[in-house]
Amino acid sequence: MTEPAITPELIAKHGITPDEYGRIQSILGRDPNFTELGIFSVMWSEHCSYKNSKRELRKFPTTGPGVLVKAGEENAGVIDIGDGWAVAFKMESHNHPSAVEPFQGAATGVGGIIRDIFTMGARPVFSLNSLRFGPISEKAAAANTEPATLATNRRLFAGVVSGIAHYGNCIGIPTIGGEVYFDESYNGNPLVNVFCLGVLKHEQIARGAAKGIGNPVFYVGAETGRDGLAGAAFASRDLTEESKEDRPAVQVGDPFREKLLLEACLELLATDAVAGIQDMGAAGLTCSTCETASRGGTGVEIDLAKVPKRETGMTPYEIMLSESQERMLIIVKKGHEQTVCDIFEKWDLPYAEVGEVKDDGMMRVLNEGRLVAEIPASKLADDAPLYEREAKARPLPAELDLATLPEADVHRSLLDLLAYPSIASKNWVYRQYDHMVRSGTVVLPGSDAAVFLIREANKIVAATSDCNALYCSLDPREGARIAIAEAARNLACSGAVPLAVTDNLNFGNPHNQENFWQLRESVEGLAEGCRAFNTPVTGGNVSLYNQSPAGAIDPTPTVGMVGLIADEKHVTTSHFKSAGDVILLVGELGDELGASHYLKVVHGRKEGRVPRMDFGRELAVQEAVRALISSRLVRSAHDCSEGGLAVALAESCQSGGSLLGAQVDLGQTGLRLDQALFNESQSRIVVSVTAQNASAVQALLEWRGVSARRVGTVGGEQLVIRCNGAETAWSLTELHGAWYDSIAKVMEA
Amino acid sequence: MKAAVIRFPGSNCDQDCMLALREFGVDAEYVWHKETSVAAYDLIVLPGGFSYGDYLRCGAIARFSPVMRSVVEEAAKGKFVLGICNGFQILCEAHLLPGALVRNRSLHFRCEHLFTRVENFTNPWLNTAVTGQLLNIPIAHGEGSYLADPETLIQLNRNRQILLRYCDSHGAVTHAANPNGSLENIAGICNARFNVFGLMPHPERACDPRLGSVDGRVIFESILTRLGVRKAA
Repeated sequence: MTEPAITPELIAKHGITPDEYGRIQSILGRDPNFTELGIFSVMWSEHCSYKNSKRELRKFPTTGPGVLVKAGEENAGVIDIGDGWAVAFKMESHNHPSAVEPFQGAATGVGGIIRDIFTMGARPVFSLNSLRFGPISEKAAAANTEPATLATNRRLFAGVVSGIAHYGNCIGIPTIGGEVYFDESYNGNPLVNVFCLGVLKHEQIARGAAKGIGNPVFYVGAETGRDGLAGAAFASRDLTEESKEDRPAVQVGDPFREKLLLEACLELLATDAVAGIQDMGAAGLTCSTCETASRGGTGVEIDLAKVPKRETGMTPYEIMLSESQERMLIIVKKGHEQTVCDIFEKWDLPYAEVGEVKDDGMMRVLNEGRLVAEIPASKLADDAPLYEREAKARPLPAELDLATLPEADVHRSLLDLLAYPSIASKNWVYRQYDHMVRSGTVVLPGSDAAVFLIREANKIVAATSDCNALYCSLDPREGARIAIAEAARNLACSGAVPLAVTDNLNFGNPHNQENFWQLRESVEGLAEGCRAFNTPVTGGNVSLYNQSPAGAIDPTPTVGMVGLIADEKHVTTSHFKSAGDVILLVGELGDELGASHYLKVVHGRKEGRVPRMDFGRELAVQEAVRALISSRLVRSAHDCSEGGLAVALAESCQSGGSLLGAQVDLGQTGLRLDQALFNESQSRIVVSVTAQNASAVQALLEWRGVSARRVGTVGGEQLVIRCNGAETAWSLTELHGAWYDSIAKVMEA
Repeated sequence: MKAAVIRFPGSNCDQDCMLALREFGVDAEYVWHKETSVAAYDLIVLPGGFSYGDYLRCGAIARFSPVMRSVVEEAAKGKFVLGICNGFQILCEAHLLPGALVRNRSLHFRCEHLFTRVENFTNPWLNTAVTGQLLNIPIAHGEGSYLADPETLIQLNRNRQILLRYCDSHGAVTHAANPNGSLENIAGICNARFNVFGLMPHPERACDPRLGSVDGRVIFESILTRLGVRKAA
């Protein structure tokens, strides 16, 4: 079989610029052959090399006393949780595959992140996901939205949710939380960010390095097929009308195989047989061989004839670029080969010894003994070009002029906000996920953060994912700062101390100067937040080229934050507990309506100045609430976010399953009614405490210098809010009807 | 008294079942599906999960696992066999229980806490409960809609082999309280000898107060009482 000649067209088709081609020639000292060109194209794609974002990512704080494995070192960061135990966690995107094939795209996203975690030697214990779609209902869409667009968005949403359910449920890792937002900017370009956390003992940390010259290299797991060819390169392009033709770049997932692979690998890692282990995710066999060699400071030689294959007649190019799922590369200590064979026989999984670790630093690929590619491994893995893209600032929005904003009926407005799919209950989503397997879900989905009891370690971990992309679209720096603060606030409300962050940076094409500016601003905003909350970034993912013909998505730097709850008695949920409890608003009443969901949902306006984030005040509020929780004075805690105080109160009335009303009196505020109820000023938490403790709690907050006010009591069949002398009341049934079934009504219609 | 938790490839509630049994002080062991005998055990648990990926049909391949021949033999001798969720599906496929479990009415996987009503306590599995007692136990399945032919249903009712039915929080067995379209809201049934019990809800997930409900305990307490390792209250 003859390989195509290397022409400028073929080089361009691989997404390699003339400059980059020159760099390849100088690394090799010759022209690459077809297979080598393919290898460079995937390894030097944005997805694998971060060539457009790496300089920015260096701005993140990545160290701290609890960091055991740093960002970028391995497949996932590892953080100490005490008593010799650690957690490995990471968030990763599968946006492009999900846009063209939502079920498999999302399913394999879950599979990929789970592999990243058990590659570290950790047992995966739970998952979260952060999803973004275009609007799914006419009511929640811009006036002129085509019905076909809404139908497509519903299809993508339904497909992604069932794909995540399919993979996560089958493999037996609970999906216990996350977020789902809907906005026009995600039409044709949904975001699927998946997070997984695993637990391990410090001494169990596995490394993805090819150590030990002469050690055999094993391929284990599913056979290689033609699916997912060059998926990493596909993910590093804009989505266009023709992207549907890239459907072969989407992999097909088999969660059953992955379950076997997971158990087999953990069983193997518990022996002394493994020198290094690396999953085959993006860029498959290519990435795993050159990265392990590069990390080990060694070379790796493999023979493709020995690779288990699903199809006949595959070329070396196809085998090296395949992204078939559920595969791992394992560097085995010489003499321990039989252990590998025994364990993989037991689990009925394919395995093969495909090569060995060499001392020459080369990634050498043979096919039946014939040389098909030979590239210096470290240069391929680590010497991708780095670009400093041009950035052009977008002017920050002007302050909202309230005089231009008609005052809407607040009764109707709250119901509209609660029914808006981004705010409405996500029970239609999480009921499809097995969120209780592994018997550790202490707080069910729907509260401020997911809380999970890791039985192996006897530790309670809280995790959340957050990003208000509406803020980021108007002011990416402030939006990113708020994303970190909100994540930390959600953890504080659950009784947890934040430990570390993983991030998923979703942006448009970086060649567009405004897009690149958004990326830079967001990274710097996240970095400021991470420093303020003392939460290092332990890894994550960059997804650029989130761009459909209609334009780029709103910048979406999703934050996944993990925290620790010291005592099970500190676990706190967002819903009111008993009638008679006193409701306090910790923080100010606030007045910022700019960039609010009230503006967007009720007035159809995405504008105004994003709320200011004062880290000092935010930290004081969070620490105060955490201290009250530790003293067991708090019955419920819920942060004010989208929809402001009114939405927070309405959610606290109903998120616990049973319905409890509230009588709230805000007094004379000096604000417009809509401004008082729906403003999104930051650093505010609604807590409820027993009537008996109310005064003491207020005194404690005052002593800490944190402003707080008593705003009402829990109880009754209504939510009643008195403000500026006016009274507005909602029956619990109308609140629940708006909020609880909103998504199901749209999706099951 | 020894209990076995069978591990099929794709079982994923095996660790949860083991945890629940050990919390009750039971001497329990995992048994790999390639083993050929479970004769040494007094209680055999088939846990939930997706055995063989649930490919072809839930439980359809698992019933041919080597260990199942021995499970069928031991059941015939009167040994106690408990099948939870996927385990229930496997027991139906292996004809240890009548009927079949098919795709949920909604076509969606469903995971949530809900109530089931104890229909009969005069059996080894619910002897520490009372008839009419409500149990808050979570479900998590995509194929839990119980189907059987009319004669089988008549038999099940006549022999009081239906042990649990889905109900609302007041104990009413209604259409709305049926999460999956099961005939007569059936959530769990026994064989005619009452030594084989299959149910879709997950009692092992309702044993720890930190998880919101301990109503699953009654099933473990009952069978352990029957086996004489636990005194009746």
